[in-house]
Amino acid sequence: MDLSVINPILLLAALMSAATPILLAATGELVVERAGVLNLGVEGMMIVGAIAGFIVAVNTGSPALGFIGAAAGGAVLSLLFVFLTQVALANQVASGLGLTLFGLGLSALMGQSYVGVKPPRMADLDLGPLSDIPVLGRILFSHDAMVYIGLLIVLGVWAGLKFTRAGLVLRAVGENHDAAHALGYKVKRIRTLAILFGGACAGMGGAYISLIRVPQWTEGMTAGVGWIALALVVFASWKPWRVLLGAYLFGGITQLQLNLQGAGVAIPVEYLAMSPYIVTIIVLVILSADKSRAPGSLGRIFHASH
Amino acid sequence: MTFTKLMATAALTLGLATGAFAQDKTKVGFVFVGPVGDGGWTYEHNQGRLALEEEFGDKVETVYVESVAEGPDSERVMTQMALDGADLIFTTSFGYMDPTINVAAKFPNVKFEHATGYKRADNVSTYSARFYEGRAIQGHIAGAMTKSNIVGYIGSFPIPEVIRGINSAYIHAKKVNPDVQFKIIWAYTWFDPAKEADAAKVLIEQGADVILQHTDSTAPQAAAQKAGNVITFGQASDMGQYAPLPRVSSIIDNWAPYYIARTKAVMDGTWTSTDTWDGIGPGMVGIGEISDAVPAEVKAEALALKDKIASGEYHPFTGPLKKQDGSDWLAEGETADDGTLAGMNFYVEGIEGDIPQ
Repeated sequence: MDLSVINPILLLAALMSAATPILLAATGELVVERAGVLNLGVEGMMIVGAIAGFIVAVNTGSPALGFIGAAAGGAVLSLLFVFLTQVALANQVASGLGLTLFGLGLSALMGQSYVGVKPPRMADLDLGPLSDIPVLGRILFSHDAMVYIGLLIVLGVWAGLKFTRAGLVLRAVGENHDAAHALGYKVKRIRTLAILFGGACAGMGGAYISLIRVPQWTEGMTAGVGWIALALVVFASWKPWRVLLGAYLFGGITQLQLNLQGAGVAIPVEYLAMSPYIVTIIVLVILSADKSRAPGSLGRIFHASH
Repeated sequence: MTFTKLMATAALTLGLATGAFAQDKTKVGFVFVGPVGDGGWTYEHNQGRLALEEEFGDKVETVYVESVAEGPDSERVMTQMALDGADLIFTTSFGYMDPTINVAAKFPNVKFEHATGYKRADNVSTYSARFYEGRAIQGHIAGAMTKSNIVGYIGSFPIPEVIRGINSAYIHAKKVNPDVQFKIIWAYTWFDPAKEADAAKVLIEQGADVILQHTDSTAPQAAAQKAGNVITFGQASDMGQYAPLPRVSSIIDNWAPYYIARTKAVMDGTWTSTDTWDGIGPGMVGIGEISDAVPAEVKAEALALKDKIASGEYHPFTGPLKKQDGSDWLAEGETADDGTLAGMNFYVEGIEGDIPQ
């Protein structure tokens, strides 16, 4: 065992990158759930975003356009969920599960001719003198743009929900859709926009895996990240900063356990492998001991005549 | 994945419908653990399947189902294939061992071939390749080329097949570089590109400048390419798209001759249950071209080693060798028997760390 081989600076830097897909997907889902909709299709939207972004990036040679394509791909797939739950008033749980299965199959079909193709590489952002700061520069200022965009989205969602009128309306719709409707707010329109936003975020999270973290396309490559993001939203009691904490904790311990294995730590590998899940859940459960609760109308179908 | 499975099942059903018109066709099924486009293990098995079609043309019909989870799901897929009239079914992952035996018991007239397992029956053969022969050559190159003396190894599951590979690579790296050290990370998956990429990055951050992998995707190669100054080896497939650097050589599985021979045996009615374990000599294991990034003398030594293994003059597990705990294993000049190799559950002396139990 030789712990000195673990470089904490590199570990923290890797953490930010490893957490970004979960962070993006979970933040999108948080907005959806705060609007009172439970969309279990995150995994499906992520994988469709992963291949949609990959196809756009390969064909245009631009990773940035790839991420826009991924956001569009995730949002378009979420339209199916909008149709099922907001128009056809189908059960949200069943529709979400269906969306995941459909997304996994659809992405496999779309990606048939992209197996083994190398995507254009997204350069790390050049932040000039900032990245030359000792320690902090390597940890905070040496990443690709999506890491920062992810953080900006969390910041935007937090500020938007807390300080803006639109955020207030969205929360009102999520807490009590009948009351919001009686006040004259367009419940379905607001929920549709929230679902589209969630789809776009999940799509970008998926593309982060296929374009930056791996980078290549293979079927099923999101490997359950969407489900972790869903769980994270609940354990974070629907609060953006806790989602950020949870995502970083999960990403960090995932990286740490690989590092510990490499250093030959005498803890059985199986315990190391499960540690990210356990630690993240424990920390967030302790944090959620305050009186936070789920949005009042979460998962309930809204129909104006009821 | 589910969608492709659905399509494949539909294809199987169609196959049954058309089978009625072409009774003389031999139907061969393949159960794959990953997608045929993984660029590694499953890709090469699928190449073998395509070679089979090429060889026999109209006389053979092949079906396959990809990304079949090891366990109960695979049993369902095999049963469906047998019901749909397959004469011969190849199940190509270690985790299909018990399901293969179970399904074979229910269909005594269908022949089964299980890759990398050790359980046989009257209608179940086993076959595997001596990958450890190829890993000896990779280990030689790895030991000669590492500058940091740290070689990173991404293991999948702690099963004899993988442990054998680690030992073989380590023994031959150590021979050319007494200071070499192996860092092993277990991924607990055959195929998860994000995890494999992360594992490779961690090994590189911890000082490894050579990455060996026993997982199926090319993600570690991509990670090494980004890091620069790190060399890798293709696993199962050539992975030549990453040559000449970071991929400097590879172990290639060549299943085609075996698949053709076994299908021929079914056609001729001469099929019997056998256990095949072939290596570099018969051509089941191939060594991908050693790129120019490898110094000429190292390349020459590696090729000489390959020739000696192929001719049977040299066995990669030749004594004196001790186990990790310091106890004696092989005496001077003694070679390991196949039984010990097939059930290998210990590291050789010098490797640090424990095998997960």
